Amino acid sequence: MDQGTWLVKTGLAQMLKGGVIMDVVDADQAKIAEDAGACAVMALERVPSDIRKDGGVARMSDPSMIEAIKKAVTIPVMAKARIGHFVEAQILQSLGIDYIDESEVLTPADESNHIWKHDFTIPFVCGCRNLGEALRRIGEGAAMIRTKGEAGTGNIVEAVRHARSVLGEINKIQSMNESELMAIARDMQAPFDLVEQVHKTGTLPVVNFAAGGIATPADAALMMQIGVEGVFVGSGIFKSDNPALMANAIVKATTNYENPDILAEVSRGLGDAMPGLDVRTMPIEEQLAQRGW
Amino acid sequence: MSVIGVLALQGDFREHANVLRTTGCEAKEIRLPEQLDSIDGLIIPGGESTTIVQLMDSFGFINRVKQLARGGMPIWGTCAGMIVLAGKLMGDRPEPLGLIDIEVERNAFGRQIDSFETMISVPVLGSEPFKGVFIRAPIITLIGSGVEIIATIDNQQVVAAKQNNILVTSFHPELTDDPRFHEYFSTMISGVGN
Repeated sequence: MDQGTWLVKTGLAQMLKGGVIMDVVDADQAKIAEDAGACAVMALERVPSDIRKDGGVARMSDPSMIEAIKKAVTIPVMAKARIGHFVEAQILQSLGIDYIDESEVLTPADESNHIWKHDFTIPFVCGCRNLGEALRRIGEGAAMIRTKGEAGTGNIVEAVRHARSVLGEINKIQSMNESELMAIARDMQAPFDLVEQVHKTGTLPVVNFAAGGIATPADAALMMQIGVEGVFVGSGIFKSDNPALMANAIVKATTNYENPDILAEVSRGLGDAMPGLDVRTMPIEEQLAQRGW
Repeated sequence: MSVIGVLALQGDFREHANVLRTTGCEAKEIRLPEQLDSIDGLIIPGGESTTIVQLMDSFGFINRVKQLARGGMPIWGTCAGMIVLAGKLMGDRPEPLGLIDIEVERNAFGRQIDSFETMISVPVLGSEPFKGVFIRAPIITLIGSGVEIIATIDNQQVVAAKQNNILVTSFHPELTDDPRFHEYFSTMISGVGN
């Protein structure tokens, strides 16, 4: 019996596909998310829009809060560790979390090195802005990838930019001649064997979700039509007028993302979505997606 | 050529469809109940069972799938799909469809850290062992008299079973490159045709 194998780590991400992973800050929110059809929850102390507002250093959540959420639901529970903070990751593994998000939403602990994720039995998901960044994270052992987007803004523009960038670069590599792969691996600063694999298969070697800025059912369906395999919704649910309704509408939109009649139906009467922020007027030091490399 | 529908509400439905195509079946992703009319068999894939049941309920699948099952259509549930088809669950959610006389315990091996792969013996597939990939997997804790045991781990935990036209596995043949389970399911479909 083999535990923590690559197949078992990437396999759980396969099971999450077509689903919505929701940020929750307590057991009550976790139950609302599960009842609304979330395929997993992300346990954290503050949603990204509050982290952004409060400033200061954002760290791993209190283990007792994570455990209360684990007890409240039967779906997988994820939690965030700071970029490079492998001890926070060790603690999360010891708590029996199902997936660790090495996340730019928290304040990075190491500006040079991300966590060496192969050392862990439980799987990791990491953010990326382009294919090179995705392949570097997979090289370190990430078993699932998500776009970074710009968390806590309710603005989809960065998630679209990053997803288009990753998927466009995959198409480009797939259509290249083998003799060009070393040069593109150098330009993208990506591990050569993974570039070669993308060339052969035309896909990322792991599941790819969208995250950061998804605030409506239409946003979720947009990301799915662009070509991601599921979505993370952070502040978009519990900062909206009616979280249970919004959560369920986003779940349905993520399933029937190509059916405009259903999208119209689920978009009705949801009340206000979370308040949005314009990323173009945001100083670069406030942009969370810039964290990590 | 038989057409096998894969319930595509959430989970790893694309992996099932890919394996089916290598076995010479036509695979069709099913997102709305009316799409069930044109298929010969149905797979309910791995995923999150609470999510899948919730979506089956909101899009009006539950009674239609029950009718098809009672009419003899072969249906195979893997992992979450097994939970969906079960007669009874330990624990209070989700509410299963009750199409096979088994009781199922969700997440029976523990959390993701306890997920594993292991070679298991599946006599109906021949003597060659089959790679079982168990991800937060359920097990069958009780079986009714009409249910056939298809596979166990160490002759103890029942991890695959069949009752007439309903097949369930707590592991994921769709994540391996071994098509034998999908071939076995397609013989259940051609058996109905005969």
